Amino acid sequence: MKVKLRLKDLCCANCAAKIEDKMSKVDGVESVTVNFLTEKMILELAEDKLDEILNKAEKIVHKIEPDVKIQRI
Amino acid sequence: MSMKKDLAFIISGAVLFLAAALIPESLSVFKLIVYLAAFIVSGLEVIINAFKGIVKGNIFNENTLMVIAAAGAFIIKEYPEAVFVVLFYRVGEMFEDFAVSRSRKSISEVMNICPEYANLLKDGQTVKADPEDVKIGDIIVVGAGEKVPLDGVVIKGKSFIETSALTGESVPREIGENDEILSGCINQNGVLTVKVTKTFEDSTVSKILELVETASSKKSKSEKFITKFAKYYTPAVIAAAVLLAVLPPLLIDGAEFSDYIYRALSFLVVSCPCALVISVPLSFFGGIGGAAKQGVLIKGGSYLEMLSKADKIVFDKTGTLTKGIFAVEKINPVDISAQELLEYAVYCENGSVHPIARSLREAWGKSVNTDLIDSAEEISGKGIKAAVKGHIVLAGNSALMESAGIPYEKAQGGTVVYVAVDNSFKGSIIISDEMKEDSAGLVSKLKKAGFKKTVMLTGDNRDSAERAGQKAGIDAVYSELLPGDKVEKLEEVMNDPSFKGKTVYVGDGINDAPVLARADVGIAMGALGSDAAIEAADIVIMDDKPSKILTALSAAKKTMNIAKENIIFSIGIKVLILILCSLNVVGIGVAVFGDVGVMVLAVLNSFRALEKHKEK
Repeated sequence: MKVKLRLKDLCCANCAAKIEDKMSKVDGVESVTVNFLTEKMILELAEDKLDEILNKAEKIVHKIEPDVKIQRI
Repeated sequence: MSMKKDLAFIISGAVLFLAAALIPESLSVFKLIVYLAAFIVSGLEVIINAFKGIVKGNIFNENTLMVIAAAGAFIIKEYPEAVFVVLFYRVGEMFEDFAVSRSRKSISEVMNICPEYANLLKDGQTVKADPEDVKIGDIIVVGAGEKVPLDGVVIKGKSFIETSALTGESVPREIGENDEILSGCINQNGVLTVKVTKTFEDSTVSKILELVETASSKKSKSEKFITKFAKYYTPAVIAAAVLLAVLPPLLIDGAEFSDYIYRALSFLVVSCPCALVISVPLSFFGGIGGAAKQGVLIKGGSYLEMLSKADKIVFDKTGTLTKGIFAVEKINPVDISAQELLEYAVYCENGSVHPIARSLREAWGKSVNTDLIDSAEEISGKGIKAAVKGHIVLAGNSALMESAGIPYEKAQGGTVVYVAVDNSFKGSIIISDEMKEDSAGLVSKLKKAGFKKTVMLTGDNRDSAERAGQKAGIDAVYSELLPGDKVEKLEEVMNDPSFKGKTVYVGDGINDAPVLARADVGIAMGALGSDAAIEAADIVIMDDKPSKILTALSAAKKTMNIAKENIIFSIGIKVLILILCSLNVVGIGVAVFGDVGVMVLAVLNSFRALEKHKEK
């Protein structure tokens, strides 16, 4: 399934690249795109791992960019 | 933090900094205190962010590096430099925010095709609804000036719609009952009642937005290179900084620790790879966004890259270079007027729904009096025999004339309808598929743009294929191909040893899917609303214009240039600053420019990719 997250106040391109890299290694994530300009993360993931992956995403994003607000859209 | 608040901190920091600089050396303790105050005022946010990063376990973020650099400068008693680092960094960040938000704004303008609401018709009344909640079969009303929220069919009303957001086409299109309407268009004047045929998720507008947004997943080589480079860049520079601080003082006589630590601190400031990481993908995103504005959808940076390296282009004929609509091109009457010949042909073929018969009727333009037709029979694969106004009329191909034993004059080009009346040959009518207006000159423009070989593949007969190829100025024409043959021929062109570049295939998207998929870059034409084409192609031209290939091409070349400039520029400046810092030619202030300044310039440069791509 496809999940879109808005990463509000994503302000550093390198961080976006790091987030994308880390997320792509999370178990159950088939593909991930972090678009720095539209401030969005688009995930293709295994449905049964949805909650687990969203939790991981929160942790990864906040580790790299503590001020980003995450919102599912 | 808001821009104003930022600015307030920066200005007060700068004022304190100046004040500190003006305090005489004799009051050294007081001077230090004012410097510290300046540092804290201008750097507080940086310090807080650095601390946040460390708490979360992300130690080497940009903020910590800046704080380490500034703190280090304090320790080696370079107070003005310490303040300078944070102050300059903040100013740079502000410019950076400004540049990024400007890019974001213009990107969102491109993406501004998304409708906010739909006027859903319920029990005779319209209610505003979220487009996502509208179901297939629901009826919606689109008022003048409103965006069409979902794909559908007009069931009532007449209007002009502006499709520029989807196609880049500025001339409004007329639309009426039973016409298909696509989401993302703007209704200009009348009120349209539309029956929804697709859910929001499957509607054109969502498809386009999704394509542009996820385009970054198909990364180009330059994007991959820069991300990889950035990964090693920061640790390498930090390691170099440590070595620079420690080794020379130990190895060289008279080298002071404080001097080399200062140089090493400048290294830390330049070590953030943000300018590198942002500049290249941003150029590609800009290029893709700018092309989308003109009705060309590009599915990823890698296709821009391949397109810029292409030197062979293969076209499909019908529907791509030609309109795919048959029209009477020439009438060759014998002992009879052209109008009479056409009249006989139209009457003879009146019962037929074949596109050729339709094109004859269109050319004739008058109504047919069916009382004058006594009988008509189809002669399979040859034509039609009919009794019209008391004459026996034959209309069909050369085989029909031959089987009836009528001597005839062979005509060249397109599809030919031969007409005989009472067993005597009266002439021929040539019907051909019209070239699109902007197919002319396309090939010579492509050649100027660097294409070395142009090829046409078609299932059509040899005669019309060669004529169309000649008209368009194509180098090689292969005709009478089955869909499977097309892939084979394409592979032949791709493997041509004399041209080593990439191969582009341009097709109409509906029946060309395998060829589109096989080519290095598959361009689908006139694919607006055709899901199959959007799936199979790498680049989608939304309207029907072959000249948009040039738009895509110029987008590709421009984007690649900007990306290259950014790579060379940002790496070059950083390396140069690193060298100058290590030799102590420049100080920490210039190093800050190497971080944020380069980033701002790279962002502004990539911004150019978003501009309208002009054909050259």
